[in-house]
Amino acid sequence: MNAASERVAITGNQALAHAVRLARTEVIAAYPITPQTSVVEEIAGFCADGLMNARFIQTESEHSSMSACIGASMTGARAFTATSSQGLALMHEMLHWATGARTPVVLGEVNRSLAAPWTILTDQSDSMAQRDTGWMQFYAGSNQEVFDSTLLAFKVAEQALLPAMVVLDAFVLSHCVEGVELPPQPLIDEFLPRREAEISLDPDDPHAFGGMMFPDSFMEQRYKIQRAMETAGGMIVEHAAAWHELTGRELKPLHEYRVEDAEIVALCLGTAYGSFCAAVDELRGRGVRAGAVRMWQYRPFPARPLREIIPAGAPLAVVDRAVSFGHGGPVAGEAKAALDGHAPVCGFVAGLGGREILPETAAGIFHALLENTAEPDRINWVEVRE
Amino acid sequence: MSVDYMPYVREEKLPHMWCPGCGIGVVMKSMIKAFEDLEWEPEDTAVISGIGCTSRLPGYMKVNTLHTTHGRAISFATGIKMHRSDKHVVVISGDGDASAIGGNHLIHAARRNIDLTVIVNNNHIYGMTGGQYSPTTPLGAKASTAPYGNLEPAFDLVKLLIGAGATFVARGHVGNGRQLASFIRKAFAHKGFSFVEVVSNCHTQFGRRNKMADPMNMVNWISDRAVSQKKWENMSAADQEKHFPVGVMFEDTEQAEYCERYEKLIAKLREEQPA
Repeated sequence: MNAASERVAITGNQALAHAVRLARTEVIAAYPITPQTSVVEEIAGFCADGLMNARFIQTESEHSSMSACIGASMTGARAFTATSSQGLALMHEMLHWATGARTPVVLGEVNRSLAAPWTILTDQSDSMAQRDTGWMQFYAGSNQEVFDSTLLAFKVAEQALLPAMVVLDAFVLSHCVEGVELPPQPLIDEFLPRREAEISLDPDDPHAFGGMMFPDSFMEQRYKIQRAMETAGGMIVEHAAAWHELTGRELKPLHEYRVEDAEIVALCLGTAYGSFCAAVDELRGRGVRAGAVRMWQYRPFPARPLREIIPAGAPLAVVDRAVSFGHGGPVAGEAKAALDGHAPVCGFVAGLGGREILPETAAGIFHALLENTAEPDRINWVEVRE
Repeated sequence: MSVDYMPYVREEKLPHMWCPGCGIGVVMKSMIKAFEDLEWEPEDTAVISGIGCTSRLPGYMKVNTLHTTHGRAISFATGIKMHRSDKHVVVISGDGDASAIGGNHLIHAARRNIDLTVIVNNNHIYGMTGGQYSPTTPLGAKASTAPYGNLEPAFDLVKLLIGAGATFVARGHVGNGRQLASFIRKAFAHKGFSFVEVVSNCHTQFGRRNKMADPMNMVNWISDRAVSQKKWENMSAADQEKHFPVGVMFEDTEQAEYCERYEKLIAKLREEQPA
């Protein structure tokens, strides 16, 4: 641990706000939505108190927030917004635009289910619905990881020229208090210096942005975005190593628990991991070699690390907190493709609309794998009333 | 005259989620009084809302109700009215819902002069999400996102709606429920787009940050500033700053209503080009 780090008790939303402050973010545009609101309230306070040399804009909708962030980013500024659920859905058009315009905006996304019907509780349907927008996505497992991921997101986004989303579970992380290490400003400055935009809106060096592209060039632009995503995977590893060097903390695409010799494995994203680790211990106590994996990096999709971590032939339960209706869990589908010929995958859907994924829930999923009652070709709905 | 409110209330949904002393209760009561005065049957009436504290109102009202997404209630209501133009369609909304995220729909529905009534409970703040400033937060007032005072000038919703083409525009306040109910009744009875701004109190999120944490303090702050339009017009500019006019601020009964205009066109074309 760095000696000069400050250890504070803060919520996941405050961890986001402190990361944005220490990143010396220059423009923040946002619109209130539960359970995101306290992120930008905290930032508005930092700006008003002069703790940040930044401009805070409270816009009239999330669509406008993302538009303002893209505009600010195009002038070379480091830009941030935060939202949830309906707010993210309303941003959808602009999420594509941020990617296409290659603006490295960072977004704090507090996972909340999409309506109708209304709920404010957590699942991952909102962020998963944005998986094809060209945004990097990092799913945090703790408030510390919310903080660390945000700094890394800026770092990689600005190098790869791709926007990035830091995703955290509503209430479980957003509103619960944990101990978080805040490194001193000089350490952050060393890791994340001021943004140097190669091309920006600059009166001294005028460019035209957002023009029409015809069939002779449009596809190449898309190809470059995909190439950037592929390159970003390596950048994440490189900068995570630098972050580890500076702080002693690890950020990696996949976190694993007792997987090395496992005969069955479960994979999830976000805080449900704790329940799976508890179930692993309980099963191991009874002689079943279970293991758990948490996917932190969802975009770019970590296909190779996944193949490296999952023992060959070990059945894998992929637990999605989202459904692609008419198909299955989004992560399950991708894991199946990544592990084709390596390990059998069963897709489970659990914990929608804030329903708890408890250690018993996790144990039930392991038992379905063990007892061969899970079906590989359909969604295995967990604890659902028919 | 006493009003029997209960035929219009979903008793099983009580108690409501609003803070004690919230102005929305006065708005709900005024709406019900107007329904009763006009003898609108619950089954012929639809109340549509978006998101926010005010938008929880239809949940307690025993008529056809639809709780929609943030800012879009007027768009949903437009769809309902276009298909069921024989029914009464009312939108109840807060200031953030109606004039920020839904501001575009507000002005365009007014411009079309479609027969909807939009009631905006203007409590000058985003209440539900914790007191962020809204487009109607007064300049300089404090909010959770403006700890040292709001830097943005506020909308005058009445002027905005008159400018946008609404054919009935009124402003009342929660300090005078009887008067408010009469404005709402007139708005309901108006054929065309009608708009009622209700200057209301959110002592929890607005008042607490602006030295009016007690509901009566905030209601008095509103009542003391409310004057009739005539009185307001005769005030000096300095006095006008400290007050706001209430009343039916604009009314035009000549403009054709949108659904009727549409029906008329269909009838005309059918006549000219029989099938």
